[in-house]
Amino acid sequence: MSLKQLNVFVENKKGALVEITETLASHDINMRALSIADTEEFGILRLIVNDNETAAQMLADKGYLIKTTEVVGVKIGDAPGKLSTALAVLDKEDINVEYLYAFMARTEKHAYVVLRVADNAQAEKALEDAGYHMITDADINKL
Amino acid sequence: MQNYYQKEIETMPVEEMKKLQSEKLVKQVKHVYENVPYYRDLMDKKGVTPDDIKGIEDLHKLPFLTKADLRDAYPYGLLAKPLSECVRIQSTSGTTGRRVVAFYTQNDVDLWEDCCARAIVAAGGTNEDVCQVAYGYGLFTGGPGLNGGSHKVGCLTLPMSSGNTERQIQFMTDLSATILCCTPSYAAYIGETLQEKGLGPDDIPLKAGIFGAEPWTEEMRRGIEKTLGIKAYDIYGLTETSGPGVAFECSEQTGMHINEDHFLAEIIDPDTGVVLPEGSKGELVFTSLDKEAFPLLRYRTRDICVLSRKKCSCGRTLIKMAKPMGRSDDMMIIRGVNVFPSQIETVLLNEGYQPNYQIVVDRKGNTDTFDVNVEMNADQFTDTVSGVTVKEKALANAMKTMLGINPTVHLVAPKSIVRSEGKAVRVIDKRKLHD
Repeated sequence: MSLKQLNVFVENKKGALVEITETLASHDINMRALSIADTEEFGILRLIVNDNETAAQMLADKGYLIKTTEVVGVKIGDAPGKLSTALAVLDKEDINVEYLYAFMARTEKHAYVVLRVADNAQAEKALEDAGYHMITDADINKL
Repeated sequence: MQNYYQKEIETMPVEEMKKLQSEKLVKQVKHVYENVPYYRDLMDKKGVTPDDIKGIEDLHKLPFLTKADLRDAYPYGLLAKPLSECVRIQSTSGTTGRRVVAFYTQNDVDLWEDCCARAIVAAGGTNEDVCQVAYGYGLFTGGPGLNGGSHKVGCLTLPMSSGNTERQIQFMTDLSATILCCTPSYAAYIGETLQEKGLGPDDIPLKAGIFGAEPWTEEMRRGIEKTLGIKAYDIYGLTETSGPGVAFECSEQTGMHINEDHFLAEIIDPDTGVVLPEGSKGELVFTSLDKEAFPLLRYRTRDICVLSRKKCSCGRTLIKMAKPMGRSDDMMIIRGVNVFPSQIETVLLNEGYQPNYQIVVDRKGNTDTFDVNVEMNADQFTDTVSGVTVKEKALANAMKTMLGINPTVHLVAPKSIVRSEGKAVRVIDKRKLHD
């Protein structure tokens, strides 16, 4: 089970994001979800895309500092309290979430949550045991 | 005011001084030739023998020593006395390569302290004064040098060392310090702190300050003089020759008198090594005439400056050096500490980084800021902010261990450091250090 996240180091300067998104668009890369962690000096752009390898290659060719990491993707219901219930599962197992972001499914009445934890396998097992479905790169490509 | 510590020397007619220097030089060259194989080899290679040196007019025949020689000969290679006759070492900051370790006999310490005493007396110091020494104590020469000089003058000495500004101010006011010795940036900082407390020049008893170990401008001097209500005197020195007190300022404040009975000064062309006539701008070279344990002959300081024998209103005849106007190498002085870009490079390589970096030095208020931008590669990059900041801190710590001062490290994107004509600009120094 794996969901690949593409991380891009972005300097805090004008036009940085435009260049990245234009590069991805020009190669027909579709972004499913993104989040940005930013400090005064730099940002880390985290992307879930339909074709991680191509995206990584394109950005690397442009001189961007990139890194692909594996994160946990979990499908949750799209209703009040659903995220909270899922997080409670992890909390019960003492699994610390370093960051998370979520996106909506287009057709089904579902949301997807991307989680960064220390141990993916442990978090995935906890969630699956609680009846959750994980999403993988293959699922992302079908979305 | 006739304030001399050793009047006979400080006001000696120039011809007499030159005679004295010649006699000492002849003796010193023999001492070095006989006891320092490293320098003897240099002389032999140049085909010079002690007999060729009959006076200061022959000084130009001797080979130069550079920081590279000090490194090659580390630690004992330039020692001219048995260790049993040495009583002290002092050292510059820096942990590898660039560190200078200098040795002193008791006589060396005495003469060094005399030099500092001359500086204190020239700044108006007497045995009625309370002298607060806020230079660092320890291996750094600042604290020990001025401490010794203060004792020689008979001042009540407050050996504060640097830092703990609250305590500095408390001692200054409670014990009525009249003379402050520290780096100019620390003096300015003390001044700012006093202002924040609502204390003005009239609230503190200080009358004079002796400030050195880093470059400072006239503007900075006027600022310090105003906030502390003192007259601020410059002092110059380097560990290689002894420490502070190689040259000191008098009340005229137009350059520093070199203690030339101990340190024979020359100005050379840094590219050719040719000695330049008085008044020319060039690299300052010192020959220690009296040092017993660590007697460096023709040591190239890399400081660019000008010498002058213009008559001084203070009555001293000692030759004067202008405030150094720059360096003939890439050394920077940041917060009083000598920093070479190569040291940063060494740390980066040790820590697994490529040596793609840029040092940015600036001065905010009167304190130096020291930032190092380092290009990251994919191995160092992670998906979390804390992952990056932890690496920045680790790198800053490694640099602090190497340099003795703490930089702020910024990890930046690859190829983001501006290259001019393909060559990266390693140092951006935004400080205005020279008038």
